[in-house]
Amino acid sequence: MALTPEQIQAAVAAKFGDAVGPLAPPAKDPFFTVKADRLLEVCRFLKAEPTLAFDFLEDVTATDHLKENQIKVVYHLFSYAHRHGVVIKVELDRAAPKVASLEPLWKTADWLEREVYDLFGVTFEGHPDMRRIMMPDDWVGHPLRKDYQEAGGYEDISNVRDSSLVEYRRMDDAVREAVEAKAKAAAPATPSTPLAPTGTVH
Amino acid sequence: MDELVIQKVGPVTDEEMILNMGPQHPSTHGVIRFVVKADGEIMKVAVPVVGYLHRAIEKIGEIVTFPQFMPYTDRADYLAAMFANEGYALAVEKLMGLDVPPRGQYCRAISCELNRIASHLVSVGTMGQDIGALTPFVHALRERESINDLIEELCGARLTYNYHRIGGVAFDVPDGWTDKCLRFCDHFDKILDEYDRLLTWNEIYVKRLAGMGIIPAAMAIDYGLVGPNLRGSGVDWDLRRDLPYGCYADFKFEIPVGKGWAGKVGDCFDRYYVRILEMRECTKIIRQAIEKLPPGDVMHPKVPKKMKPAAGEAWSRVESARGEMGYYVTADGVSEKAQRVRIRTGSFTAMGIVEPLSRGMMIADLVALIASLDVVAPEIDR
Repeated sequence: MALTPEQIQAAVAAKFGDAVGPLAPPAKDPFFTVKADRLLEVCRFLKAEPTLAFDFLEDVTATDHLKENQIKVVYHLFSYAHRHGVVIKVELDRAAPKVASLEPLWKTADWLEREVYDLFGVTFEGHPDMRRIMMPDDWVGHPLRKDYQEAGGYEDISNVRDSSLVEYRRMDDAVREAVEAKAKAAAPATPSTPLAPTGTVH
Repeated sequence: MDELVIQKVGPVTDEEMILNMGPQHPSTHGVIRFVVKADGEIMKVAVPVVGYLHRAIEKIGEIVTFPQFMPYTDRADYLAAMFANEGYALAVEKLMGLDVPPRGQYCRAISCELNRIASHLVSVGTMGQDIGALTPFVHALRERESINDLIEELCGARLTYNYHRIGGVAFDVPDGWTDKCLRFCDHFDKILDEYDRLLTWNEIYVKRLAGMGIIPAAMAIDYGLVGPNLRGSGVDWDLRRDLPYGCYADFKFEIPVGKGWAGKVGDCFDRYYVRILEMRECTKIIRQAIEKLPPGDVMHPKVPKKMKPAAGEAWSRVESARGEMGYYVTADGVSEKAQRVRIRTGSFTAMGIVEPLSRGMMIADLVALIASLDVVAPEIDR
């Protein structure tokens, strides 16, 4: 039987007490937070409890919050048996974000967590293969963080370069100036501005 | 730079060697690389290396405004861009609280199902090609061309459609267009029989795929496989029927599920044949949608030019040609830009299963496995 997010949150809160935050916000897709050190336990419960039976880890991603100095890892879970889903979040310190890996529970977490590690710099403890996945292994920084600064280039290839159009314009100008100078030299000395019209034209 | 992946592959004995397959390889379906440790033709392991097509689409989503991001979604999956459009539109509509008028929803369904056929045609065509059957690919592309023509007439683009918009679709169907669609459906149903004769039951083809790369249902769910890959493993699940979005609740259609037609449930052949059967269902849906096409607008009448949704987050799921595509979009209530746009794609999770399946496989069969998973490189890397 499909449970509502309220019922799911209540079931988890009844088991884990204050490790689980309240459901928020009611208007949009609701979610609740879980204390990072209890995540693996909570997820094990979510997977094993027959009335919940979350067998599908749909997605793992993160959001960066500079003001709160937090990185929130977001888990989307779904149960094929009961056709219900839930969103849980863990709040981590931006300076050293660390949380337990869910790879022991759902194998799909292997790749999904690697992507979060690569792009947000969250370390998943107990992950079997914590390597970058999108960026090269020697990349510096985590691009999806809000304060990420692009480096000037990678492996001596700059990511900024002069536009050749600017150079073409300069070359065109030089040619035109040369033509004008030549024309000026060939022509007899004439006033540079046309004479003002005098008299009346009939 | 390669030390980490070599470490992952592990030490090599005298008999073994490490091979690079890709990133530029005709059978890897895009720019994907595999680091293969092999003893002769038998692989010990194949470790996928992805990221060569990473274009930071999710980061771009934070830089441009909500409506401006729509053309970028096309590039997430260039073979099935309608679904990428639709998933993003659904997520932002959820944030904005916008409804799509019925005619707009039907236009979405028709365009999506046409796109699904086009995408599956590339999948089955290239699968034949990877196994060594070159002719069916040409036949498949011929039909795909006429779908491209139809979609071009609908929205002006053949590949990167940008057709679905937040609040509806960009254009109503042109005059006479639905008749052309129906004609295509009639024509295509016969062509599918031809494919079965040309490719599906070809003895060499069946022998190359049957019993190869078996993914049991529990493993498929564990590794987060979705769409035809999941159904190929015998899991009877389709978002269009089980959690209907848009107007899919109005249509009657079957969900083909792998039955071990040639070997065992969940082998490469099942994943292939599920796609063939799905294309038949697509024409059924298109016919029903055209028959029931309601009058009215295709766009919500009051879509604001400047979109500033209230703070919150939305998660949308659509059944793309490569399975469930999910968009996670968050807004802070102040900005016209998303705080985070996350695209969950079927190809990404499908690539995660290659490594465990590759152990003990022949190198030539790795090609069949990747083709049967129908991975598209831009969708893996985004």
